[in-house]
Formats: sequence, C-alpha cells, structure tokens
Amino acid sequence: MDLASARLIGAGLAAIGVGAASLGVGFVFGSFLQSAIRNPAASDGQQGRLYIGFAAAELLGLMAFAVAMLILFA
Amino acid sequence: MAASGKIDPMHQFVIEPIFGSFQGNNPFVFTNSALWTLIVLGTIWLFMFGGMKRELIPGRWQVAVEGLIAFIDDMVNVSIGPDGKKYLPWVFTSFIFLLFANLIGNMPFGVVAAAHPFTVTSQFTFTGIMSLITFAIVLGVGFWKHGLHFLSLFVPKDAPLAFKFVIAPIEFVSFLVRPFSLGLRPFIAMFAGHVLLDVFGNFVVQAINSHSAGGIGITILCFCFIMFVSMIELLVAAIQAYVFAILTSLYISEAVNLH
Repeated sequence: MDLASARLIGAGLAAIGVGAASLGVGFVFGSFLQSAIRNPAASDGQQGRLYIGFAAAELLGLMAFAVAMLILFA
Repeated sequence: MAASGKIDPMHQFVIEPIFGSFQGNNPFVFTNSALWTLIVLGTIWLFMFGGMKRELIPGRWQVAVEGLIAFIDDMVNVSIGPDGKKYLPWVFTSFIFLLFANLIGNMPFGVVAAAHPFTVTSQFTFTGIMSLITFAIVLGVGFWKHGLHFLSLFVPKDAPLAFKFVIAPIEFVSFLVRPFSLGLRPFIAMFAGHVLLDVFGNFVVQAINSHSAGGIGITILCFCFIMFVSMIELLVAAIQAYVFAILTSLYISEAVNLH
C-alpha cells in the first residue's frame, strides 16, 4: 500500500471518532430531556450544566475531526 | 478556489498580506486576518454604542444590548457568586468577540469575490490566546487570593487519604489540559464547519459543470445541504461563544471559591 492511500484510509478511520462523539452528544441531550420532562420547573436552572456536558462530549469528536484533517492535509 | 478541479478546502484559511509582504522578516504586515478582526471590532462597537444611550424607555436596540449583558451577568453571578461582577468584563468580552467573529465569518459576503469573509476564530492563535488570558486570570486570582492554598484545588475534600493520592495527579493533568481544550473547541467548530461548506460548495459547482442529467439533482441536493449546514453553523457559532463564556466563568469560579 502506498502512502497516499494509507493516508486516506487513516483519515477515514479517524472519522469514526466523530460518530462516537455524536452518540455522546445525543446521550447528553436525551438524558436532559428525559429528566426535564419529569420536572419542567427545575429544567431552566440546569441549562448551564447541559451545555457544559455537551461541550465535554463534543470536544472529543472535534479532536477526532482534527486528527483526520491533520492526517489528510498536514 | 480550485482551478484544476481538485477541491482545496484549506485555501480559505490562508493568511495573506494586504499591505506589505512577509518577505524580509517584516513584522508589520496588514493581513486579511487583521482586516476582518477590525471589521468584527467595528461591528461590536456599532452594536454596543447604538444601545448605550441609556434612554428611560428603551428602544429595540437598547433592549437587545441590555438583554445580552444581563444574560452574561446572570450567568457569571450564578456560577461565580457575589464576587462575579469583577470578572464580568473579560467573560463578556470573550463572549461577544467570539459571537461576532463566528457570525461574521459565516456571512455569505463571498458573492462579491473580493469580500470573501475570513473567519478570525478559525485560527488557533486567536482562540488559544483567549484561553491563555482566561488561565492567566485563573492562576493570578487563585494564587493572589489563596496563596499556595490554591493547590488544594487538586485534592478532593472529605476523601479517604489513599483516594486523594490517586485523584490529585488526575485532577492536575485535567487542569493542565484545560487551556488547550478551551481554546481548541471554538477553533475546531468553526474550522470543521467551514471545511464542510467549502467541500459541498465545490460539489455544487462541479455537478453543474458536468452537464449530465444526474448533475442537476446532485446540485440541488448539495445546495439544500449547504443551506442546512449554514443554519447549523449559525447555531454552533452562538453555542460555542456561550460554551466558552460559561466554561470561563466556571474555571474562574473554581479559582475564586476553591471547589
């Protein structure tokens, strides 16, 4: 296998991480909705924590994307 | 843009000199990044001063500006506590700069070829420096307020002694990674979105140029996708600015209150 094709395969493998992060983001918002529907009065106060959890889950997917881009273009 | 038909999504992030040149180690070069930073600053000035007339009955503009400040003020006061007012200037500055830079970078000014917007937040130098300023504040406030006692931030309270020895190094490493991850987040979000838009924009043009029956379908499909991604990008621009602000106030709160 030459370098160019190995590069493309590697970038594709790195992109799997983005899909894994989508699971995490979906889990964060899903759990928030589940509990928010049970207790709508308390949900407004937890918006900040929701976004902190979202940011933590999203960051890992973005890092996977950055790795894919580095493999492709750097 | 790709003249040879090959898609080059990195071209939009190249910093090019407008006045002067990079040759001869010239440090004073006015680049497109500098130009668009000035445009962002000008827009923020217009927005803020338009709403700071302090009329008794506020107009729509004043309500918008005051609402934005009250939103950040609320967030800072909730997460930092009664001391929060002191840190509002930096949190609000970083929030509004990221918000405006992200939004202006997403504007479709590229219809006029010369006015293609340069997203200043798609460079890690910008967001990285912003997160370094945040951590300068965190370390400065922490050591000034608590002295060496600030280091107890890494040790969990009310934990068994054996447990503390395990947790403290982990907390320390997590603290070291934070400046990096805080700056990386807005940068990558803008970077990824713009690469996606560029790639699908190229698909639209290439599908039209192919002059085949399926090409029209692909063009329409890609164009709809671009509109969808643009809307997502507007959402992401606001969310990333908000996340940067809330994480900044969270980290400052840890330095001020220690846990």
